[in-house]
Amino acid sequence: MKQFNEEESKYAASAKAFRANVTRDLGNEELRSNFRGAMDYLMGKRKSAFSLADELEALREQCKLIKQRCLVKLPHLLEQLEDKLETNGIKVHWAETITEANEIIAQLIAQKNGKTVVKGKSMVSEETALNDYLEERNVECLESDMGEYIVQLAKQHPSHIIMPAIHQNKQQVAQLFADNIDGFEYSTDVDTLIQQGRTILRDKFCQADVGISGVNFAVAETGTLCLVENEGNGRMCTTIPDLHIAITGIEKVVEHLSDVPPLLSLLTRSATGQAISTYFNMISSPRKTGEKDGPKEVHLVLLDNGRSQAFADEELRQTLQCIRCGACMNHCPVYTRIGGHAYGTVYPGPIGKIISPHMLGLDATSNLPTASTLCGACGEVCPVKIPIPKILLRLREESVKPKSDQPQIMQGQGAGRSNVEALIWKAWAQVHESPKLYALSMWGLTRFRFLMPKKLGGWTSVRTAPKPAATTLHEQIKAKQAKQDKQLKNGQG
Amino acid sequence: MQQVNTQHLRNYPKKPKQVYLFGTCIVDSFFPDSGMDAIELLEREGIEVIYPQGQSCCGQPAYNSGYKDEAKAVALAQVRQFPLDIPVVVISGSCGGMMRHHYLDLLGDSVGENAEINNFCQRVFEFTEFLVNVLRLKPIDQGPNERVALHTSCAARREMGVHITGNKLISQLANVELVLHDYESECCGFGGTFAVKHADISAAMVADKSKNLVASDVVRYVSADHGCMMNINGALDYQNESLRGEHIASYLLNRIKGKATKAVL
Repeated sequence: MKQFNEEESKYAASAKAFRANVTRDLGNEELRSNFRGAMDYLMGKRKSAFSLADELEALREQCKLIKQRCLVKLPHLLEQLEDKLETNGIKVHWAETITEANEIIAQLIAQKNGKTVVKGKSMVSEETALNDYLEERNVECLESDMGEYIVQLAKQHPSHIIMPAIHQNKQQVAQLFADNIDGFEYSTDVDTLIQQGRTILRDKFCQADVGISGVNFAVAETGTLCLVENEGNGRMCTTIPDLHIAITGIEKVVEHLSDVPPLLSLLTRSATGQAISTYFNMISSPRKTGEKDGPKEVHLVLLDNGRSQAFADEELRQTLQCIRCGACMNHCPVYTRIGGHAYGTVYPGPIGKIISPHMLGLDATSNLPTASTLCGACGEVCPVKIPIPKILLRLREESVKPKSDQPQIMQGQGAGRSNVEALIWKAWAQVHESPKLYALSMWGLTRFRFLMPKKLGGWTSVRTAPKPAATTLHEQIKAKQAKQDKQLKNGQG
Repeated sequence: MQQVNTQHLRNYPKKPKQVYLFGTCIVDSFFPDSGMDAIELLEREGIEVIYPQGQSCCGQPAYNSGYKDEAKAVALAQVRQFPLDIPVVVISGSCGGMMRHHYLDLLGDSVGENAEINNFCQRVFEFTEFLVNVLRLKPIDQGPNERVALHTSCAARREMGVHITGNKLISQLANVELVLHDYESECCGFGGTFAVKHADISAAMVADKSKNLVASDVVRYVSADHGCMMNINGALDYQNESLRGEHIASYLLNRIKGKATKAVL
């Protein structure tokens, strides 16, 4: 059994607080209106980007097959990626845990005596809590994606994987800037706010010792790291400082360069409704002799953090098809209501519910798979067709499994099992598989319907209790048939 | 943009002489009138309806809670109740989706005879799907002019295409104006045990759904799923709103007969 260290335990505790977080955030009307408005906007953007339903379906199918092919070959492709990257002069590091990843990065920075880092947007670095780790070691980290910059300034975490500060409206951002940036005059003009942020960041790019970025696609055949972004901050982070460290999960590897265009096209359209992002960076080596810019050293840290557990099971492996577009959360009625922070996990929303159990264990996350109506909106929009509702069901099954000596498929399986609930389902099955017991129970329910309580826990906090019928459908049909038979008999007589 | 879901594309049989009805446990115990109305509607079309008395529940509650063995036992008991090679008409989109799409996955390996399960799944039709695509029902509307909304359960929409067939049936009613409510495709927040396990999230969802239905200024809303309606009607009743939902079987029958429809809870 994996033992959590300090950082991991912190995340596990925050995921365990799901219920309390939900109560807190459902009651925050401003937060709810921020999410509803933003999700409506993003759903509209996506819709307008896919005007042809057939084309969208064909592209989804194509991209699903690309990701599935790459996952089947994952171990081989990772080796190939390492070979190609090293040939290109990019050093590869393997990290099984978030702590290992942080240690590797801290060491690389220390070797260059680095004191300041500018970061491009990277959810994997959120996963490792890299900023906290480096700050504790006196390395200053500055987020350079505008959303991440806002979140960092507010001492918060991203509430969405594409739009980290989507939980804040422009008035809140204006106040945040006014409170934290010297000389900033309160303004809710979005252009003014962005210009303010960009001015501060511009200087930092030029001063930083190290640039850290994520990766959207790592191409095995060519040893290329692809980075999708809109603000140009990714390009600055990966070209100005002498040391560039990229960090990503092992599932981001693709086999061929030709796999990238369809995935990119689906990614930007699913995420923000853009036909193409403003920037698309392809990093294939450090600065070569005679070149005038680019980092002198490039490193890639490949993180596992529970992904190989998902990989080992054919059904759960589909979780790793994800290209992190965020469409599932934009369309999720639960995410829209509770927002991203309530999940208590780095990845919120439907994808967070299915990936977080591998990172934190089902014991810390057993509330996540059940927090879904299985409405299927996520699976319907997922660009790589991850059957998210089906995986949620599977996780529920793993969560309520009885304890056994068999090797565990998932860390923390069985953690959501309650003996009382298990007994109830056992009895339920016995009643519903036996016509006699079922008829008896329905007879009881309808004849004693006056005993139906008026209060039914959470159900009746916003609804009246349903009232059983006086007679069941079974009985009414039986009575109708008896009447017909009698009429038939009388008619013959 | 209409989402294309290839699951809906299927070959429909000719109009049969006999069908089975799967009534669902919720209709059986709480809303038997909807079941009786569905039978009357089918019989008016000259179809003999067989209702096996041994049926109970599709197994979905246990299946959705992760209790697969329990769901399996109940699902298999249902399959055995419908042996004849005739359509099984289900008056709930979500139970229909369970029986059509999830039974093979659930029972496939345990029975040895996959063919039996597969044959059963192929015979399952959601009620409005059956009316539109097999019976090709053309309801003659004798009711008064009125505005109604349609609420489609998520499973019905995404697994059975009921937003298309339900819409088609209501649209054929000459005196009825079908009104699209805001966030029409969004979940009502029922989700079976979800409504109990995560009652506060469910409450937030049904608050929005009921608000949007009321705002659409209709005399009633119609649905093919009593699960959703138990949730939404319960919320409307709690809020002292007069709007109620009615099962599409009852609604259609009453429109055809020119009878005023009654509110159900």
